[in-house]
Parts: sequence; structure tokens; C-alpha cells
Amino acid sequence: MAPVKVFGPAMSTNVARILVCLEEVGAEYEVVNIDMQAKEHKSPEHLARNPFGQIPAFQDGDIVLFESRAIAKYVLRKFSKSAGVDLLREGDLKEAAMVDVWTEVEAHTYNPALSPVVYECLIYPAMRGVPTNQKVVEESLEKLKKVLDVYEARLSKHDYLAGDFLSFADLNHFPYTHYFMGTPHASLFDAYPHVKAWWERLAARPSVKKISANMPLKF
Amino acid sequence: MAPRKLYGMPLSPNVVRVAAALNEKGLDFEIVPVDLRTGAHKQPEFLALNPFGQIPALQDGDEVLYESRAINRYIATKYTEGPELLPTPSAKLEVWLEVESHHFYPHVSPLVFQLLIKPMLGGAADPVVVDKHAHELARVLDVYETHLAQNKYLAGDAFTLADLNHMSYLFCLSKTPKADLVASRPHVKAWWDDISARPAFQKTVAAIPFPPSA
Repeated sequence: MAPVKVFGPAMSTNVARILVCLEEVGAEYEVVNIDMQAKEHKSPEHLARNPFGQIPAFQDGDIVLFESRAIAKYVLRKFSKSAGVDLLREGDLKEAAMVDVWTEVEAHTYNPALSPVVYECLIYPAMRGVPTNQKVVEESLEKLKKVLDVYEARLSKHDYLAGDFLSFADLNHFPYTHYFMGTPHASLFDAYPHVKAWWERLAARPSVKKISANMPLKF
Repeated sequence: MAPRKLYGMPLSPNVVRVAAALNEKGLDFEIVPVDLRTGAHKQPEFLALNPFGQIPALQDGDEVLYESRAINRYIATKYTEGPELLPTPSAKLEVWLEVESHHFYPHVSPLVFQLLIKPMLGGAADPVVVDKHAHELARVLDVYETHLAQNKYLAGDAFTLADLNHMSYLFCLSKTPKADLVASRPHVKAWWDDISARPAFQKTVAAIPFPPSA
């Protein structure tokens, strides 16, 4: 079986989202860099993979996909059984529903509160040479605190978000949280002991450690 | 007692997203009002259902769920009657479920809020916000136009959850001055005309308490 291909820079959050799942299922893969500075993501060749001109994109034989969560699900559905891994819990309706709920929460509630801090503190200064917009950071941190209040309550009852089992929902939090820990606001998590402990459990996973190694916090 | 309770405001497109799925599956449910204007969504009774204090939430027997897209996956998976909303193979379907969530929704939602919901609450649309999101939604719908020229439905030949998840916001958009974003794109328009004619959707919109048009 040929290795699957993930198109995009290895340090990109949404590329990492897929790579950590590939690592969890032990699938063979290749990362094909896309040169964002050279606008390769807007080239006709890449637009044929992702009509929105974004990274990541993915190829497995004839199958070409985009949208990192869709790609990650494809990977998990294809390789989980032979890997003895069950991160989607699709055999149990209630468990799968919880995985879906917390995957949506990451996408629509956690990430919108946390990612602006990552963009303002790390990405924009490095990529665009602009100073951090502190107002955006402050507003985002206020939103994030409210979100983490709910996470703290949830993780006080269960080791992981969907229940007492690691799932796709937890792994979806890794890439942006990894970079958040490289901002001056990482210590925010100290006020949420169960959230912090959950994050440390995730960060200690071999898959997460391996992919984090390609995601430098200073760039 | 209805077996299923859908908590939220009957006008809210995220609530209607779920109502549309329940109707496609021919399921009985009641809408339990949670009036955002009185802050009911931040009261302990509702926070017990959705700790993030957002509508909708669904109670199905002893299962309580929130996040409309997660609720819809649950409905599509649990109930086998009616159309198969999550068929396999699912790779393309999953892509377009995510496209709705991350490309369509981020622009259609603020547009509908500014042009439809804000005026209902006595406010005025902000033209800067409207123009920005209309411009972005136009670019997104250009991608849909190309895709729907090759595909009858988003995931291919059959109607799936990927199409359904768009319908509540497409309906609301059609009630605004930006309806032309869809109407001006022949394949997007044909797709919308087809899916909005589905009997289950006709039933869904009949239940939306739209005020009479100005």
C-alpha cells in the first residue's frame, strides 16, 4: 500500500491535526510541503486538490480530500481496526455522539476563543511583522476563561472530553493548544487543574510528542 | 409527552438545522422555547442541558446533546427510517459537512444575523459587516457553483446530511436582500430549488414563525 500524502507545511496546525491521527493508527504517510510564502496554495495544481486554496489537502490513491477534520476522520475510519485503535467510537451510539459533540465544541467554541491569541502573539508577528493586537488578545482570553470553566467541570468528571477514553475530540485540541503554550498566556491553564492535567496527558502521548517536534514555538 | 424535545427558539437557524433533520427522518418532536431575549439560555435549567448556554439542545429519551451538527449526526446514525443521510463511502460527504461548517456558515451566519435577526430585535444591519460577509460568501459560493456543476448534490448523486445542514441558513438567506447570492448562480440555485422542495423541508419551514414580510 502506498503511503498516503498530506499536503501542507508540517508545522501548520491543521496539517498536524491529521498527522497526529496518522501516528495514532500507525499508518505510513508522506508530508508534501506547500510553500505558502510563494503562494503555492493558490496554484492551479493545489486548487485541484483544495478548491478553497487552503492547506491541508490529502491523497490516498484516487481519493483526494480537503478539510482537516474530514481527512482525519477518513484516516481513522480506514486504519483504526487494523491498528486496534478506537478514537471515533462508531460502534457505540452514545459514545460516538459525545465524540461528535466535543469535536464540534473544539471547532466552534474552544478554537475561536483560543486561536486569536496564537495568531496575535506568535503567527502574525512572525509572518506579517505586525505587532500583537492586545485588545484582541484580552477579549479572546476573557472568552477562553469562560470556555475553560466548562472544560474544567467536564474534566473533573471524566479523564477525557467524550468520556473516560481518549478520542478524536481530545486530539483535535492538540495543534492550537500546543502553540498557545508558546504564547505569554500559557499560564492561564494553571487556574484550571483538570484541564491542565488533561493537556499534559495529551502532550505526553508519543504521537503528540513526535508531531510537536516539527512545530517549533519560535518561528 | 413527546419522545423528543428540541430546546431553542423556533426561528433560530441552528435550531431549524436540527428540526430539518428530525423531519427528514419522520420523527415526532416538540420545540421547547428557550427565549434568548430573556437570558433563558444562561439559566441553570438550560445550562444543565448545554453547559455552554447555547441553543439548540436535544433531549431524546435520556440522551441530551448539543451542537446542532453533532445532534444531526446522531439523528442520522440512530434512525434508519427515511433517507440515508450518512451513507458510506463517506469521504466526500465528510468534506462537504466540514465545508458547510468552516466556509459557508462563518459568512452566512453573520449575514442572516445582520439582515434578518437584528431587525427583528429592533436593531439595524451594519452595512460594513454585511458587505464583508456577502463578499466572502460570494467567493465560497463560486466554489459550490463549480462543484454543483459536476455533482447533483454535495456528496454526489444522492441527498445527504451535507446538503441538509445548509438548508436552514439557505432558507433564511432567501428572505434577505442577499438572496441573489444563490439566485445568481445557476447550479447553486438549481440545487437549492431541488432540496427546498423536499416535503420534509416544506413541513420544517411551515413551522417557522416568520413575521409577515415588510
